[in-house]
Parts: sequence; structure tokens; C-alpha cells
Amino acid sequence: MRTRVFYLSTTVLLTIFLFGFAFQKTDNKTKQTPKVDNCLSCHKDIDDMPQGYSDYDVHRQAGLTCASCHGGDPSSTDQEAAMSPAKGYAGVPKRKDIPKFCGKCHSNIDYMRIYQPRIATDQVTQYYTSMHGKKLMAGDENVAECASCHTAHSIFPVKDPRATVYKLNIPSTCNKCHGNSELMKKYNLPSNQLEEYSKSVHGIALLKQNDLGAPACNDCHGNHGAMPPGITSISHVCGMCHSSNMEYFNATKMAKAFAEQDFHGCEQCHGNHGVQKPTDDMVGVGKNSKCVDCHDKGDVGYVAAEKIEAEIVQLKNNYDAATNKFLEVREKGMNDVDIGFLLQDAKQNLIQSRTLVHTFDPAKVVVKTKDGMNITNKAIMLSDKEISEYYTRRNGFAAATLAFLVIVIALYLKIKDKEKRKQA
Amino acid sequence: MLKNIGSKIVSSIDERYDLTPVRNLLQHKKVPEHRHSVWYYMGGVTLFLFIVQLLTGILLLLYYRPGEDSAYESVRFIVTEVKFGWLIRNVHSWSANLLVLFAFVHMFSVFFSKAYQKPRELTWITGFIILVFSLAFGFSGYLLPWNELAFFATKVGTDIVGVVPVIGQPLKVLLRGGEDVTGATLSRFFGIHVAILPAIFTFFLALHLLFIQRQGMHEPEEFKNLPEEKKKYIPFFPDFALKDFLLWVVVFNVLIFLALYFPWELGNKADAFASAPKGIRPEWYFMFMFQSLKFLPAHILFIEGELLGVLFFGVAGLVWMMVPYIKIKHRSGWKFQPLTLIGIFVVIFIVIMTVLGYLL
Repeated sequence: MRTRVFYLSTTVLLTIFLFGFAFQKTDNKTKQTPKVDNCLSCHKDIDDMPQGYSDYDVHRQAGLTCASCHGGDPSSTDQEAAMSPAKGYAGVPKRKDIPKFCGKCHSNIDYMRIYQPRIATDQVTQYYTSMHGKKLMAGDENVAECASCHTAHSIFPVKDPRATVYKLNIPSTCNKCHGNSELMKKYNLPSNQLEEYSKSVHGIALLKQNDLGAPACNDCHGNHGAMPPGITSISHVCGMCHSSNMEYFNATKMAKAFAEQDFHGCEQCHGNHGVQKPTDDMVGVGKNSKCVDCHDKGDVGYVAAEKIEAEIVQLKNNYDAATNKFLEVREKGMNDVDIGFLLQDAKQNLIQSRTLVHTFDPAKVVVKTKDGMNITNKAIMLSDKEISEYYTRRNGFAAATLAFLVIVIALYLKIKDKEKRKQA
Repeated sequence: MLKNIGSKIVSSIDERYDLTPVRNLLQHKKVPEHRHSVWYYMGGVTLFLFIVQLLTGILLLLYYRPGEDSAYESVRFIVTEVKFGWLIRNVHSWSANLLVLFAFVHMFSVFFSKAYQKPRELTWITGFIILVFSLAFGFSGYLLPWNELAFFATKVGTDIVGVVPVIGQPLKVLLRGGEDVTGATLSRFFGIHVAILPAIFTFFLALHLLFIQRQGMHEPEEFKNLPEEKKKYIPFFPDFALKDFLLWVVVFNVLIFLALYFPWELGNKADAFASAPKGIRPEWYFMFMFQSLKFLPAHILFIEGELLGVLFFGVAGLVWMMVPYIKIKHRSGWKFQPLTLIGIFVVIFIVIMTVLGYLL
């Protein structure tokens, strides 16, 4: 009997729990997608829509309503009832409250996974670790919060080209504040980053060539947790893409010396926002050399820099010579297939030699440049062979034509002779 | 001394095999000389180019490997690595084109000089069959390098065969070795190009040459009407043969020139999944038919335009082959004979359509 009561009560409780759960879910959904959205219809009627409102906003497209963020009762046609605090109406959030306002949903994985199972929910946490977040918490309302970058009412997914945070749009989005010299002066920050970045190798790739693989501001500074990279983290930031360079650099004595003297890793030689495509004379002892900034004539680093530059320049010149020969072979319509493959290998060697500059060890660079020289020499040799074959063929044709001409003349004379004899 | 050795060899063969018929043929065969004699050489040049095809084809066979994974690679190997491979392949390609050109010139010269008339009806028919097989040689050989252009041109070409009612589809499948152009088509075309066609071609060529030897060269009407003393002949051997040989040497030199200065591009390897490249065209000798089919509307009186075109060319080809048996009465008021007018129209049609094919 006792067991029966136990089973019965358990079943009843379980049923109530499941029903409750099911109702709660349904309730949740109906809350998001009410049949009538009186907020929108009234505000449209009286032409009092939020600035920059878009019907294609990601939240609107997902079925969220004004009330989903601002609270209130969208089913009511009475303004006071609809916008009553008793119905949860929160109105327009204050700037300092915006991160938490968005975080109500965006920090809640149970809620967010309904829309995107893999979405991150740590944006608000990260934000409060950023310089923007810290200053906002301290009461500075000039710094960026969620809506500063994402907008409030025309938010699009990050991969949508209409989004302010789409890769190609990020530099101009950050520049809205960071390009404002008046505003930046308060923080003792420069305001020409976009100008510098646009001329840099990264900026040209992203903004002119639309290469989405090139880094935008957030790739180095982070997005929600945005901070200027610290001295120790610079080589890691660059190393996210330039991994071999980072690995070689970090293994050198120079890396330690840099750290001791508070030098900015990669930035020390390459700069930051305005980073240019490196040239071979950045190493060496010439006027564009970065090595002579620290190394004096005669010291070990000076000698190493001189040797490394000489090796790379020699390979580069040989590679250019081989490329010119290859183009001549191609222009002459001869077989350029193998030469093309060799040049690909040689280019690989040249790139690797340049990367090995970051070991600051001439012996390591020489291993690669030597390989590269052997390959380019082979390409030049093959090209010469093809070019010589080109002329051999033409000379052969000239000789054959001469031989044929002799035969033709001989035949012609023989025919004429026969005709003459016949007439005689 | 060489002459002595030569005559000794000939007399030793003569003693055993009796060379009288050969000697008679060489001594007695005569070629008429008149203002249109130059056309007699066209057939000879075509024959010479066929010999070039045969020899270069055999040489190419030493390195060519049919197959989806090897055809393109082997042709690339031939033109890049094999000594004189580039020359042999380019001469083979150029000679194929010149062969068709000279075959056409030869055919029209025979047509306009009325050499096909009795008793040479079968010489004409075998000649026409040889021309058709030359075109088949061209079509099958075009695919063998297995490059992009050839692949898609073969696709289009075999699609046209599929248009023919009843037998079209099965014939298309038979030609392709399946529903699509694949490695099976390549193997098939290779077999057709190097075994089936040469066997049939050689048979009809032998017949064609035999008929010419039996009947001698055709004499044009105005030549026949000349008084005997004004008729000029030259012996076939050695006079005509020497002139023939002279022309062959010139043609061979031109052939090497073309092979060296205008080599045939190999292009990219065929890829069934790639989109068709721009400018897919058939070989120039199919262009007039291809262009005509393109001009036809989708439907002509409930019949598909393309089908009507294919049937028209089929019937026109048959009628052209049977020309020796077509008699149209020539009325005294007419300046030109009706068949000559038709011939002129055919030449103009082929030329205009071919030119349009390249311009449009």
C-alpha cells in the first residue's frame, strides 16, 4: 500500500513538473512573439521611431519586439498601461547600464542557445575588463558601450556586410571615436590610427583589396575586451598570424634583451598601425637598417646583420634573374613547366630566409639561402637550355630550308633540261 | 657505279618476278598538258600529306598513352621531353589540317573539270569516301590530347550525332562508349583513329589509286576537241613525277615552317567538372556545318531546326557523292551548266559560313 502511494505521488509530482516546464517554455515564446506589437504600430503611427531603426535588425528578424528589451506590455493599446513600470517597462537605458541591459540575454547561455547554440556569452564579462568597460564603471560616459559599436536598432550579424562590426567596416567603426581628436585628447591618445592603418600593409589588404584575412583593429586589440597590447604581449599578438617569426624571435637572446629594456617586440622595428611590407634593407647596415639603431660597427650584431642582408640580397637578385629568364622562355613559347616549379620552390626559400632573419643567426639564414641559390641556378640553367634550344630549332629550320632549296633548284633544272631535250 | 648497282638489282628482280607490267605502266602512262594541268597535282599533295600523317602518327604512337590519366601527360611529354617530339606532333597536326584542305581543293577541281563523269564514277565515289574518312580522322584525333577544348568540342560534336532520329541516340552512346564523354570515349576514339580508320582508309585509297592507274588522267573537253598534233602530253615517269616531287618538297618545307612558328597549343587538361571554356569551336572544316546549325531556328514546321539541318547535310552529302549519276539537261541558252552553278553555290556557301563561324 505504501509503495502504491509513493508511486502515485511521484507520478503526480512529475506530471505537474513537466506541465509546468512545458507551460513555462510556451510562455517564454509567446512573450517574444506576441500577436500584436502595439509599441511598434503606435510609434510608427506617431512617427516616433528610434534613430537608425531597421526592420532587418537581427533582433527584429529573430522575432523579438521592443518589449523584449525595453519591457512593458505590447498587447495593450493604452499608452500608460503598455509603458507601466508594473509591467516591467524599463524605458531607454542609461549609458552606464547598457552593458548589463544587453547582458540580460547575451550573458544567459540558456536563452542564447535557442538562437545560436555556439554563441559566446562572455561579452559583458570581457567588456568590464576592457579599458572601455573600466572607464564606464568609473563613471566616464564618453567611452564606448555595446551600442557605440553595434548600434542600438540596426544590429546585424558580424558576417553581414551591413553590420558596423563586419570586418571591412571595423576600422571606420572604431574611428568614429578614435578619430575624434578632441575626444582622444582627453585620454592622451593619438587620433590618426586609421590614417596610418589605411596606408599599412594590413590596411591596404583589408580596405583596398577587400582581403578579409587581413587584420582589422579588433584582431590585435580584441573586441569586447579591447586593450592596447602590452609590451610583453606584442609578439604574441603579431604571432597569432606570423607564428614562425614569433617562434624564432622568442627563442633568441634578443627577445630577453628587448624585455629587459622595455622594447616593444615586433613593433620596435616594424611599427604598429602603419606597419609596412618589410624590405630587405631593414636588416643590414644601410641607411634603412633597423639593426644599426642599436648595433655599432664592429659588434657581433652588426657583423651578423651585414652577413644576413648580403645573403638575402644575393638570393633575391638570383631569383629575379631566374624569373626574367623564365619569362623569356615563356615568351618564346618554350617549355616553362619545370622552371615554373623551380621558381615556386625558390620563392619559398626566399620567404623562409626572410623569416629566419628573426633568429638573428646568419648560419641559419645561410642554410636556406644556399638551398635557394641552388634552385635558382638550376632554373637559370634550364632556362638557358630552353632559350638555346629555341635558336637551335630556328637555325635547324634555316639549314633544312637551304637543303630543300637546293633540292628544289636541282629538280627544277632537271625538269627544264628534260623539256629542252624534248624540244630539240 | 651507282647506276650499275641499281640496274643489277632491277634486272635481278626482273629475272625473278617479271617487271614488264610495271615497266609498261611507267613508260606508257602519260599526263595531258593544258592550262588547267596544275589541278592534277592536288591529289598528289593530298597523298603526300597522308604519307606524312602515317609516318608521324606511327612515331607519336611510340610515346602516346591513351587514358584519362595519361593521354594529356604523354602528349605534354612528347612536346617537352622527347627529342623532336614537338616537331613530330606539330607536323602531324598541321599536316592533318592541310590534308583536309588539299582534299577539298582536289575534290572541287575534279568537280568543276567534270572529271567525275563516265568512266570515272567510282574514282569520284571512292574519293568522296576518303574525304569523309579524313574528316573522321580529324574528329577522332582532335580528342586524343585530352585537353579542355577537345573535350568540349567532342561533347558538342557527339551531341549533334544524337539529334538524328531513331539511330542518333544509340550511335551517340556507341561513339562515346557511354552516356557522357569520358575516358571510355578517349579509348574508343584512339582505337578508331589508329586502327579502324587507317584500315578502311587504306582500302579505299588503294581502290582510288588503282582506278586512276587503270584509267589514266582525265582530259578536259577543250583538250579532247583539239587536233591530235596540238595535244601535248608528258610522260608520267619521270617528268610528271619530278614535278610532283618538287611540289612535295615545297609542301614539306611549308609544313615544318608552320610547325615551328605556329605550334599547336596543348592548353589545359580536360576536366569534366570544369565549366566549358570560352570559344569552343569545332575544327575549321566542320565550321560551315556548325555555323549553319546555329543559324537555324529552334523549330521549322514542327521539326526541330537542328534535326532538319543534320538531315539536310546528310542528304546533301549523299547527293554530292552520287553526282556522277545525276544528269541535268543543258539547254543551249545557258552560259553555265546547272551542276557547275550548284558547285559554285556550294563553294560560296562553305566559304561564307566558315568565315561567319570565326567572325560571329
